[in-house]
Amino acid sequence: MKVSYYPGCSLHGTAKEYDQSVRAVSRALGIELKEVDDWSCCGATSAHSTNFKLSIALPARNLIAAEKNALDVMVPCAACFNRFKTAEHHLKADKALKSEVEEIVGGKYHGGIAIRNPIDIIFKDIGLDTLEGKVTKPLAGLKPVSYYGCLLLRPPEICGFDDYENPVILDKILSTLGADTRPWSYKTDCCGGSLTISRTDIVSKMVSKIMSMAREAGANCVVTACPVCMANLDMRASDNVRLPVFYFTELVALALGLQGPDTWFKLHNVDPRPLMKSLALI
Amino acid sequence: MQTFLEQVNEKIDGVPIQRCYHCRKCTAGCPLAFAMEYNPNKIVKMIQMGRRNEVLNSATIWLCASCETCVTRCPNEVDIARMMDALRQMAIETGVAAKEKNILKFHESFLSNIKMFGRINEPTMMVQYKLKSGDLFSDMGMGIDMFLKGKLSLSSPKTKDLGAVKKIFEKTKQA
Ligand code: SF4
Ligand code: SF4
Repeated sequence: MKVSYYPGCSLHGTAKEYDQSVRAVSRALGIELKEVDDWSCCGATSAHSTNFKLSIALPARNLIAAEKNALDVMVPCAACFNRFKTAEHHLKADKALKSEVEEIVGGKYHGGIAIRNPIDIIFKDIGLDTLEGKVTKPLAGLKPVSYYGCLLLRPPEICGFDDYENPVILDKILSTLGADTRPWSYKTDCCGGSLTISRTDIVSKMVSKIMSMAREAGANCVVTACPVCMANLDMRASDNVRLPVFYFTELVALALGLQGPDTWFKLHNVDPRPLMKSLALI
Repeated sequence: MQTFLEQVNEKIDGVPIQRCYHCRKCTAGCPLAFAMEYNPNKIVKMIQMGRRNEVLNSATIWLCASCETCVTRCPNEVDIARMMDALRQMAIETGVAAKEKNILKFHESFLSNIKMFGRINEPTMMVQYKLKSGDLFSDMGMGIDMFLKGKLSLSSPKTKDLGAVKKIFEKTKQA
């Protein structure tokens, strides 16, 4: 299959390993990526917190650019995914807003392409059977909890992703890779996201709670699909509860025997290599 | 003249917030309630009572992390998350100083970085934030570590058509 690809700002910076692992996994699964031409930032929380119209116009510019490829667009960052879906929702529901935004952005929005996250592309389009068939190194001994966070799921009418209180598709992907995915009740709790720099004190409390619950569930690592969650979980947990955190695509790549995981793991703040070595996974 | 409640409802453009029957489900699930001085449902009540100054001066409206748990669970579809956005915007538009100054300064630094490059360049955005907030030293070690790992680069690619991005900022600028 072929999709447009919107990496977003984080994947060119602090979430470099997410970008590289998404590209590697896509290649291995036969998903061809065509980057959206001259994309710009989605505006994230800062735009919608301060200026509604800006928060619709910034993603709209990218949606219009993506429509030129006439392909569904893959958006790996959960924060960008949420802003794209929210913009789509308002542009489709409010004609007056749509024409105003089209004038601001200087292009027509048609709404003909779907906004997809790689979790859901792998689950629905590739399928777990195909994925399982490609596993060469099952993740035996790895006990992840899957952490969905907020932005893939809520609000459900806009995101249309998975069950919003108990999502399972990432759990199923990880189990297909041979991991012993642990059930837990914090998979959709907020990590404090956008406050990480301005109110680190509050975010540390939230993240440490999430990590303690992951430990209580018997996990030895946490898996996410969001660069904001990754940065928070990997950097803001107190020393006594921290655990290695992975982008789910890093683990898919590892289980598929692809090149890259060693170099990506070096980029993490909490070094996952001791755990992976002890399980003979690297 | 519109009441405070009418103004907020107009900005939210969804179900009127007086549908709230104060079951406190939003507050029970709010991950930031522990750090707020007024709980989310309390803000609804204060708006109904016209307590504009206290609401717009509160830390609550800035601490809300937009996790959308409240609106997802509200039995009356009251969009508390959008209400918090609306209140932040009203505070900015009417010149009420943000109680959580650094949170607003972070948003301003983030947006001005988009205006400069079209995309966020994390190191320069952090410098902009540090200069604005005066919080010069926190996360320095982390930043240096990321530089050494090659995660932060001063010269990440920009959006080529910067003019189009600048135009979006110009045309959506509030009076
Ligand atoms: S959940 Fe809805 S009805 Fe209940 S207190 Fe919150 S806003 Fe009001
Ligand atoms: S969106 Fe804001 S008010 Fe609602 S639950 Fe999340 S942090 Fe609390």
